[in-house]
Amino acid sequence: MFYREAGDFKTSYRDDGQTFPIRLDRFGYYAILGVAAMVVPFVINDYWASAVLLPFLIYAIASLGLNILTGYAGQVSLGTGGFMAVGAYAVYKLMTAFPDISILIHILLAGGITAMVGIAFGLPSLRIKGFYLAVATLAAQFFLVWLFNKVPWFYNYSASGQITAPERTVLGWAVTGPAASPAAKYLVCLAFVFLAAWIARNLTRGMIGRKWMAIRDMDIAAEIIGVNPLTAKLSAFGVSSFFVGISGALLFAVYLGAAEVGEAFGINKSFLVLFMVIIGGLGSIFGSFAGAAFMVLMPVLLKNLLVGTLGWPTDLAAYIELMIVGALIIFFLIVEPHGLARLWRLVKEKLRLWPFPH
Amino acid sequence: MKTKLAALAAATMMAAAPAMADLIVPNLSYRTGAYGANGTQYADGFNDYFTLLNERDGGIGGEIIQVPECETAYNTEKGVECYESTKEGALVFNPLSTGITYQLIPKVSVDKKVLYTPGYGRTSSKNGKVFEWIFNAPANYWDGASVAIKYLLDENGGDLNGKKIALLYHNSAYGKEPIRTLQELSVKHGFDLSEIPVEAPGQEQKSQWLQIRRDQPDYVLMWGWGVMNQVAIQEASNIRFPMENFIGIWWAGSEIDVLPAGDGSNGYKSVTFNGVGTDYPLYDDLQTHVIDAGLASQGGEHVGSAVYSRGMYAAVVIAEAIRTAQELAGTSAISAEQLRDGFENLNITDERLTEIGLPDFGPAFETSCANHGGNGMARIQQWDAAAKQWNLITEFTGPDNEVLDPLIAEDSAAYAAEAGIEERTCD
Repeated sequence: MFYREAGDFKTSYRDDGQTFPIRLDRFGYYAILGVAAMVVPFVINDYWASAVLLPFLIYAIASLGLNILTGYAGQVSLGTGGFMAVGAYAVYKLMTAFPDISILIHILLAGGITAMVGIAFGLPSLRIKGFYLAVATLAAQFFLVWLFNKVPWFYNYSASGQITAPERTVLGWAVTGPAASPAAKYLVCLAFVFLAAWIARNLTRGMIGRKWMAIRDMDIAAEIIGVNPLTAKLSAFGVSSFFVGISGALLFAVYLGAAEVGEAFGINKSFLVLFMVIIGGLGSIFGSFAGAAFMVLMPVLLKNLLVGTLGWPTDLAAYIELMIVGALIIFFLIVEPHGLARLWRLVKEKLRLWPFPH
Repeated sequence: MKTKLAALAAATMMAAAPAMADLIVPNLSYRTGAYGANGTQYADGFNDYFTLLNERDGGIGGEIIQVPECETAYNTEKGVECYESTKEGALVFNPLSTGITYQLIPKVSVDKKVLYTPGYGRTSSKNGKVFEWIFNAPANYWDGASVAIKYLLDENGGDLNGKKIALLYHNSAYGKEPIRTLQELSVKHGFDLSEIPVEAPGQEQKSQWLQIRRDQPDYVLMWGWGVMNQVAIQEASNIRFPMENFIGIWWAGSEIDVLPAGDGSNGYKSVTFNGVGTDYPLYDDLQTHVIDAGLASQGGEHVGSAVYSRGMYAAVVIAEAIRTAQELAGTSAISAEQLRDGFENLNITDERLTEIGLPDFGPAFETSCANHGGNGMARIQQWDAAAKQWNLITEFTGPDNEVLDPLIAEDSAAYAAEAGIEERTCD
């Protein structure tokens, strides 16, 4: 009923293979994109930008990145925080070393640098798998944070070891630094999210993505049918780290403006992004968004509800919030171990048949 | 997508505008997380003093002070969220976190809100010509480092040549802050400085204390916070490091830091810029108007502790700045900009402190357009484990400005260049 497919004909393989084969879905997607790009920038304010939308968009990129590695290629990683730190420090060094080059290029380059670091730390994946690989990437997490704290060159020898993003502009609009308007920051992040999701979607449904999934499902079988595990695994690490690096760069430069590596990119960040991927749904682009939205919005929502509306003491609210988010995670995983994406897919299937289920 | 939209819509309704109010002084506190034990006491002291003013005097100059609280968990991202959600109509922020302070320095300068960071934050924000909106009076980390070294000089007849001093620090912006000053001071006084980092939050310090045991430094200075202090003091007592040679910064000088080590912590010292205990006349008023009335934050269980007192001291200075601003502006409903003028013309004298009911509680200090940090006076306190109390063992001492002033000029100039700020002219 709600998903009306009647009259939605496809006459070519091309039509059948599109990302949103159902017309209603496609229009929904265009509508959301239109609202996000044309309406939100005009109504956004500081609170919405920094409490809700920027973290959502930035973590969505990180969770897309990790989803490629963990969800599509089956390589469990706990090094996301460390790779985000690489992106942040790379963009910081580039911004300060080449102030005249556009920040957008720096962010892409930071992603590239992170991709290389990610590939280097992905090398052990050729020999080890599963939990053992998770431990190896955990080592990357601790090593990278230690490195950025230890070597003063990375933070330009500042007294406190903090990095601060100087003001940089795109087309005359400040996008980093304190003078940046919420709309400018939002649009930059939105552009990167759009790009990331578009690339991720097309990579995962093409040959490369099929290789990743073959490796994930059964690596020996994949090798027998001609998938080279070396290139498949390392390309997954590279692409994943590229996205994670971009999100780290945006988190530091556009969102926070200043960062301290142990605090902003600690092990907690790795877990946070991993939870996003698990909650959202492994191996799903939409799941990356749903997971990021859940983990970013839920605490803010609960805080506003408990403290703002009900007037509870802040510490009690903070503890209750932790409990509720934790309980919701468990609840979702029990109800639907494949995450919010799978839940959404089920809802869609039901809606397509409604009101005549079989 | 639908679930997401529903969530967004719900969030819009929840994030309804804050209630319109008189003078708003948000309390960006943390009662949870790794540093919650300390943050709770500080936030209590901060709240209670404003409650006292509201209850006893009807606010400041007839204006009720509102202190909405927001939980940051010492986390910079939550700190930014708290700042954005409370900044509407707010006058001044005191986030009690060097990390969050660094985050907020550029933001408050654009939003034109005052940021008051007593005893923490960016040291060089003492230079008001560059940091127009940031105040860190009465003392900053470099003052603390210098006062500690001055105390050691006094102990050693003015000569530290050849002595070994270890700095045990929280490996974060906060802990790294004194290194630069101590290096300069070590050159000036000829002592040997070793820097020993501890990873946050600081429960794991075995290897650091092993190193201290091996190096046998004459003195250990500590820049710690939260659980790191307790562990360090316990470890020091475990290796029988002479406690009187162990000096913490003011954030490593509260009851919760020393109590877990029991008698082992006897003789431990720390720098402080505020008095502790309840032997001040103000506490009688606090008892009558706040604690007995059942209005105390958390039921008043921490009243008189070191961190509580420091939170209260921050509230005292903010209240004095509001009073000064009201006098200058000629109106009681001041704006954040007028409050900045109040902060720039603060003159907290010993007489004024006595009048408030806190004689000799903090240092007398003055601020100005160029000097946002006061005179940096601090004193040393020592823990008496038998009596379970801190004893002040020195008078207020000023720092070695000969060393500090050039460092502050250098660091603030670097910030100004980085952020593209033109120095203000101050007369």
